[in-house]
Amino acid sequence: MSKNEMVDVLIIGAGASGAAVAWSLADTKMRILCLEQGDWMKPTDYPTNGRDWEARRYTDFEISPNRRARDLDYPINDDNSVMKIANFNGVGGGTILWTAHFPRMHPSDFRVKSLDGVADDWPISYWNLEPYFEQNDRMVGVSGLPGDPGVPPHNPPMPPIPLGRTGTRYGQVMNKLGWHWWPSDVAVATRDYEGRAKCINLGHCTPGCAHGAKASADITYWPLALRAGVELRTRCRVREITTNEHGMASGVVYYDPEGKEVFQPAEVVILASNGVGTPRLLLNSASSRFPNGLANSSGLVGKNLMLHPWPQVRGYVEDEMDGDRGPMTCIWSKQFYETDPERDFVRGYTLQFMRVTGPASEAIQSSLVGHLPWGRDHHRVYRSLVNHRLQIGVACEDLPEEHNRVTLDPVLKDSHGIPAPRIDYTISANCARMMEHGIARATEILEAAGAKNLYTSRTLLNYPGHLLGTCRMGDDPERSVVNAWGRCHDVKNLFVVDGSIWVTSGGVNPTSTIQALALYIADNMKQRLATLFD
Amino acid sequence: MDGLTKCGLSADELADFRRIAGFMIPADATYDVPGADDPLIFADIASSLGVDREDVRAALTSLRQFAGCPLSDMDDGRAERVSFEFLAQQGRPIQTLGRMVLAAYYRDDRVMRSIGREPRAPYPKGHTVPDGDWSLLEVVKARAPIWRDDRKA
Ligand SMILES: Cc1cc2nc3c(=O)[nH]c(=O)nc-3n(C[C@H](O)[C@H](O)[C@H](O)COP(=O)(O)OP(=O)(O)OC[C@H]3O[C@@H](n4cnc5c(N)ncnc54)[C@H](O)[C@@H]3O)c2cc1C
Repeated sequence: MSKNEMVDVLIIGAGASGAAVAWSLADTKMRILCLEQGDWMKPTDYPTNGRDWEARRYTDFEISPNRRARDLDYPINDDNSVMKIANFNGVGGGTILWTAHFPRMHPSDFRVKSLDGVADDWPISYWNLEPYFEQNDRMVGVSGLPGDPGVPPHNPPMPPIPLGRTGTRYGQVMNKLGWHWWPSDVAVATRDYEGRAKCINLGHCTPGCAHGAKASADITYWPLALRAGVELRTRCRVREITTNEHGMASGVVYYDPEGKEVFQPAEVVILASNGVGTPRLLLNSASSRFPNGLANSSGLVGKNLMLHPWPQVRGYVEDEMDGDRGPMTCIWSKQFYETDPERDFVRGYTLQFMRVTGPASEAIQSSLVGHLPWGRDHHRVYRSLVNHRLQIGVACEDLPEEHNRVTLDPVLKDSHGIPAPRIDYTISANCARMMEHGIARATEILEAAGAKNLYTSRTLLNYPGHLLGTCRMGDDPERSVVNAWGRCHDVKNLFVVDGSIWVTSGGVNPTSTIQALALYIADNMKQRLATLFD
Repeated sequence: MDGLTKCGLSADELADFRRIAGFMIPADATYDVPGADDPLIFADIASSLGVDREDVRAALTSLRQFAGCPLSDMDDGRAERVSFEFLAQQGRPIQTLGRMVLAAYYRDDRVMRSIGREPRAPYPKGHTVPDGDWSLLEVVKARAPIWRDDRKA
């Protein structure tokens, strides 16, 4: 096995959190290296460049790594999970395929035990993260409107995306019902921003933005981190983290682009491989000193996986809506976010209002659920569906349960022969009741909007790619994997900055908070450099 | 028609596929659209099978078993009835076959024009979205905060 020169900091994973931590640590002038199993994406490769843009959602831009099966993906056995895993492996990680909806966790989300008597409080609060949320909003380039009574005050650096016909219709009906709504914060540039062009409404944000208006981490943090001296090696898949005789991380073994095994020594190792990739790596790094996997004396590595059940309700109105024109999500409602003792569940959810889908996707999805017939009536029915759809997602808070977990599959392996992750996950009773409540409210909204032909999807196709909780944060080493600033309790030069450190999940898309946490951890590391391993 | 020869399906499979595609989405003069069995559209379908080819082949094999003979041996009425009965069975291979037909059909220039869209990729021209009615937000702005402040709890 060949051996490289020692680096000060080694980051594993160049996704949302890896990019943020790399950029933040760069000003220390330490030697920082990031290893990423995937590759750089080229804007010219994104589907919206071609006429087959919708079909590619089902092939090389699938959200499931198992179906996408690029050579840089690893397989995930999610057969025993009602929710399937969505991700992307490349520079930018999941943000290559994300929809860029950018809510923050709420203050109450960090204190669910104290406020609602469930799960655990986080060891930090919203207010600890607030400066990092702001810094991240500027770095990512967020569009939104200040003054939302549904969330703590903040000032997105760019104006909101257009409401359009669809947003206007939602606004009218929410006012009629007297319920809260607000234009969403989205990580899409609405004016030219830091070298990124403003959104031109390609409308197909999820499988990569050919125009560069969507803030994937490869075009936000990474160019700045590289300019500041961070080295990023792509097509390098880490197999395991090695440890020395003092029980400290000594580096990693990875496969280089030619498939050769390489040992990379490092003073500090930072895991940013997401809520599935990180526990997989820790479990694959078991040794005689750490027989149950690295940093796993609590037994919690891989446990408490939260995936955010996200039912969708859709319906069709008579007049024409925006269809696929414009960024997909345009509005949120926080009406049902906070716990209400009158309900039969604790915690709550965000309603996410969507513009939705292109001509082929509309046909495919409607045909699948029996709304679009084959035969002579096909054309008439199709014309009542395309560009007439309203769709509401119910973003439910998923609470941690230890039986929901990532383990190593005994059989399945990736292309390098490394054991693949296996997912066991069920939806909790509290969450199931929350889902039904949200579905009923979304149905009420759509009916009040005059929508017909309603269809509810509880789990099918609702895999938001939120991979959380599998190396939870906490003060008690017996009940958590990392401490309040991301350092593993068991291995003092090993840090985790991705979604796996979440204690609870909130009812929001996670990336704003994931990146704020990564910046917060990087700042803590910088402030403690002299005593980092104490 | 290069797609037809290179798609990996046999001539028999292609013949059944094309016939059923024509029943699934028939040509319609009212909307001025071709059917999915139109030569250009069907060639696009056949050349796009890619990773889904085996599912499509499996669907066509079950179609042949279900029908008991090639669709071309039946008159139009019977072939159409058998096709719809077959499609009603659902299952992954049939869904995949349906998706392949729809994905190619709804990118054909003639079909795009018929539904009022320019026949082009979204990039680089993009789309225009009206700004919408922002005055609707005034009532929401007037509300007191509804988020729970943990510092006051
Ligand atoms: C379809 C889709 C839509 C989404 N929409 C939204 C949205 O609208 N809003 C939102 O907030 N979030 C959204 N998300 C989620 C968002 O993408 C993730 O929350 C975010 O990317 C997670 O950041 P991360 O740093 O934890 O991990 P990731 O961004 O997943 O990065 C992990 C990286 O680590 C690499 N890696 C893993 N293992 C190894 C290894 N062994 N060796 C080397 N490299 C490795 C991976 O290749 C990957 O690039 C979406 C996700 C998907 C898939």
